[in-house]
Amino acid sequence: MALSKDEVLKVGALSRIRLTDDEVERFAGQLSSILDYVDKLNELDTSGVEPLAHALPLHNVLREDEPRPGLDPQKAVGGAPESAGGFFRVPRVIDDGSSA
Amino acid sequence: MSGAEPIPTIGMEVHLHLATHTKMFCACAVEYDAPPNSRVCPVCLGMPGVLPVMNRKAVELAIRMALALNGTIPDFAKWDRKHYYYPDLPKNYQISEYDQPLGVGGYLDVPLDGETFRVGITRVHLEEDAGKLMHPEDGACSVVDLNRTGTPLLEVVSEPDIHSAEQARAYGETLRQLAVYLAVGDCNMQLGQMRFEPNISLQIGTDEKGRPRFTPISEIKNLNSFRSVERAVAFEIARHRQEYEDDPDGYTLERLGKSTRGWLDDREETFLQRSKEEANDYRYFPEPDLVPVVPDRKWVDTIRAGLPELPEHRRRRFIKEYGLPQYDAGVLTADREVADFYEEYVRSAANTDAKTAANWMMQDVMRILNERKVAIAEIRIGPGDVAEVSDMVVTGTINRSTGSDVFAKMLESGKSAAEIVEEENLAQTSDESELKAVVDRVIAENPGPAEDFRGGKERALGRLIGQAMRATGGKANPKVVREILVRKLRG
Amino acid sequence: MATIDLTACRMRDALRARNLSAVEAAGACLEAIDRLNPGIRAFLSTDAQGARRRAEEIDKRLDAGEDVGLLAGVPVAVKDNMCTDDGQPTSCASRILENWRAPYNAHVVERLLEEGAVIVGKTNMDEFAMGSSTENSGFEATRNPWDLDRVPGGSSGGSAAAVSARMVPMALGSDTGGSIRQPAALCGVVGLKPTYGRVSRYGLVAFASSLDQIGPFGRTVEDAALLLQATAGHDPRDSTSVPEADQPVPDYLAALDEPVAPLRIGVPKEFFGEGLDAEVEKIVRDALAVYAGLGAELVNIDLPHSTDYAIATYYIVATSEASSNLARYDGVHYGHRSSDHADMIDMYMRSREEGFGDEVKRRIMLGTYALSAGYYDAYYKKALQVRRLIRQDFDRAFEKVDCIMGPTSPTAAFRQGEKTDDPLTMYLSDVYTASCNLAAIAGVSIPCGFTEAGLPVGLQILSGVFTEERLLRIARMYERETDWPSRAPPVCGEAP
Ligand SMILES: [Mg+2]
Ligand SMILES: [Zn+2]
Repeated sequence: MALSKDEVLKVGALSRIRLTDDEVERFAGQLSSILDYVDKLNELDTSGVEPLAHALPLHNVLREDEPRPGLDPQKAVGGAPESAGGFFRVPRVIDDGSSA
Repeated sequence: MSGAEPIPTIGMEVHLHLATHTKMFCACAVEYDAPPNSRVCPVCLGMPGVLPVMNRKAVELAIRMALALNGTIPDFAKWDRKHYYYPDLPKNYQISEYDQPLGVGGYLDVPLDGETFRVGITRVHLEEDAGKLMHPEDGACSVVDLNRTGTPLLEVVSEPDIHSAEQARAYGETLRQLAVYLAVGDCNMQLGQMRFEPNISLQIGTDEKGRPRFTPISEIKNLNSFRSVERAVAFEIARHRQEYEDDPDGYTLERLGKSTRGWLDDREETFLQRSKEEANDYRYFPEPDLVPVVPDRKWVDTIRAGLPELPEHRRRRFIKEYGLPQYDAGVLTADREVADFYEEYVRSAANTDAKTAANWMMQDVMRILNERKVAIAEIRIGPGDVAEVSDMVVTGTINRSTGSDVFAKMLESGKSAAEIVEEENLAQTSDESELKAVVDRVIAENPGPAEDFRGGKERALGRLIGQAMRATGGKANPKVVREILVRKLRG
Repeated sequence: MATIDLTACRMRDALRARNLSAVEAAGACLEAIDRLNPGIRAFLSTDAQGARRRAEEIDKRLDAGEDVGLLAGVPVAVKDNMCTDDGQPTSCASRILENWRAPYNAHVVERLLEEGAVIVGKTNMDEFAMGSSTENSGFEATRNPWDLDRVPGGSSGGSAAAVSARMVPMALGSDTGGSIRQPAALCGVVGLKPTYGRVSRYGLVAFASSLDQIGPFGRTVEDAALLLQATAGHDPRDSTSVPEADQPVPDYLAALDEPVAPLRIGVPKEFFGEGLDAEVEKIVRDALAVYAGLGAELVNIDLPHSTDYAIATYYIVATSEASSNLARYDGVHYGHRSSDHADMIDMYMRSREEGFGDEVKRRIMLGTYALSAGYYDAYYKKALQVRRLIRQDFDRAFEKVDCIMGPTSPTAAFRQGEKTDDPLTMYLSDVYTASCNLAAIAGVSIPCGFTEAGLPVGLQILSGVFTEERLLRIARMYERETDWPSRAPPVCGEAP
């Protein structure tokens, strides 16, 4: 599975990582050879095999709905690169694309 | 095969905040109007090394809502991560339930204009809310408050069974009523505790193979009032019609797919946010930091047993059991506590019938609630107190209008109806000889109306009764006064 | 015997007997760090002042006859991906967290403090635990104490080297695909990866959530058992931490010297195949012979999916989870933000470009690709299916045998820079270790000899879920027959 430079750029954008031309070139080669290696998995017939996402047999791990104090607001924003008035500050965002 | 009348085909995604004390995955209090970033901890800030732990109450409320929507609770539900970069989402992924949600299927019957229509429910799932991103008017920055981050959100996804703007609004209102009834959420619209995302398409006849054809689907994001739901849907229906008329071959679902639109409340129009090509790649995958929810039979049965009677069922029962008109039944069942109050009132009244009690509820009790903007639990009198005063009217101890005054005084003083009537000497007079003297004086002082009544004008009688009531300070029994008047003027 | 030559358990005995003070113990370690760390670079940060203050406090409590806990006064080092709210950095050896101070303690750090340990510093690692040589540190490479031109293994190379060079008697590491066991083997110490769910991950900066597990390094099996004892157990803040009622924490030290008999050892042919260095093979087979001499039965078994397929599976599962876990480093709420940006998205892209090293970028992109629309089924889902096959291989094997043995790493420590240009070759360093994480079972690496060049070789022992108590006893059986733990790297001999 060879990854084109365009695909590397696309994955870089999706990963929010800026890449230099050099890096695009290098990562395209390296990622392609890793994907080639991973293609080994296609030698295996996995039809009917249930994917194993959780290796533990745990379920229903729940907590009671009781509030506990959190962080002091100063500490909450204290580690932020930029803050003001208790808020985190970011470059102006225009499109309100929040989609919770 | 165009030409057939287009049928608006609308589904709706509704997000509502659950009525929990704490967030979905951490113990921070849900109080997002607190000072910025004061209800946060390393977990909801998405700091390195933190892990989520599920809030039991949120899971139970989600199951409660799914059951009330006649849905099925699967044996297995799991969490997934949905990825998108946004500064109000500290982990840059939202924990949600993608393909195995807590509630599947069901329906909601929605009353509208004296009839009901049924909207299928696709799924009910839990997720966490994002924080708040604000854009101060000065300067080149946006700012983020994460108090709301991690608030438990319930998402209810409907089938495309809604066919008009009015229906879209009614569906939203009925869903809100249900959630409030179940104490699943407070659904305070001003606080943004409920948000609507209708997706709209028009069915425009069928293709040559007889399959329905549709205009492209447009999803309107983040509507937060019923009015905006109705207006935005109406706007979109009209827009789709126009676009389709302009280009019947091009404006189709097949060609254009789905787009996302925003709503400008002041301009009352929608605008394009994202077309199909720019659709997000959310890269869902199972959340490895959480274990699945396995709602066993016993757990679900316990939650089911705790369900109250649902508003639509109760409305129908009120019509049948109490003989109430549609309107009264609707008003009295809209709020669960008002309906409970009413039923307790009917039970404790000795002489007041159910319809009379309904009138007292609407004319006296609920009027006060509306005037004072309080909940029924917040007033100082109970169902038994209202029964006491309305029984006094029915048995003739006081007249109806005195009854209303007594009710108001009960609210102020907290005294019983009997005490107030006794202290203020409000009991009505039915004594014939005393009232005959009053009637004679009224006839003498109002020759005009008396003559009118003799001449056949029934309505004149009312004025004479009114005068007699005033002359007795409201204490006269209006029934007895009426009898004496009729006797004297006709006799 | 010099203080730093004491094992953790003997140091603990001396502290309890008041033959040694906590201040002396901490002082000895800090002195060794001052002397050796400039050459080895095992520590990213040390807290001499904090450690001395804490040691004084523990001495006072010990003098007053208080029970100060399992580790009372014993110095310990912590990998730099575990949060400490003591004002020291928790950087994960990444530029993106260079100036970040955690506002909370990891569960394991709380446990260490509750048990009276003295945390002397935070150890170097491959950035975000991604690597097998500690050369991917965003700050500096750690050197192997046995040969400073060679790598200590990784990603917990700093912890392994620190224990190996006797700068601390024990340390915590984390193991996602071999990151405790492989550096333990390359540095000649004991390193244990507990069963997934045994030790809380709360406060461990996530690399791959379904694989990460914290575990101990020590010079002896007994020391590893002691540190596991102090850190294992349920934590309600980690939903994947196993409840006490399901899996109580046994007393790992109580019967440590009791041999497991009868003992059936599974020897998978896949662990002795192509790519295994001949010298390493011979040393490992000699170790197996020691077990046979102790009466153990060696049983040939098959683990058909546990080497190449495990690596392929591992690099999809781990990178997918990592691409998600590392999405949060975006310059908004903490960590590095690029000073030069046009808008919000550009700020994200430049902050991450500047903050992450090459290997991290590679893995984020690989994981993003594997999860992206159209590729999920071919990569991520496929990998999870093979993951189940791997687990099934082990379940079947453990019906027949008590444990599985083989080499921890196909080679002894390799040279600095030898594999940095070829990620895939580097990935193959984990060829025998990754399947253990995918199957969520327990594994340990113990020293089992030296190559001609004087480099340590590790024996890997794998056992079923929550069988650490037996696993440690099995490891101890061999250790008693050898004197590997008493050997110190030459670099230690340069003490004044
Ligand atoms: Mg949603
Ligand atoms: Zn929180």
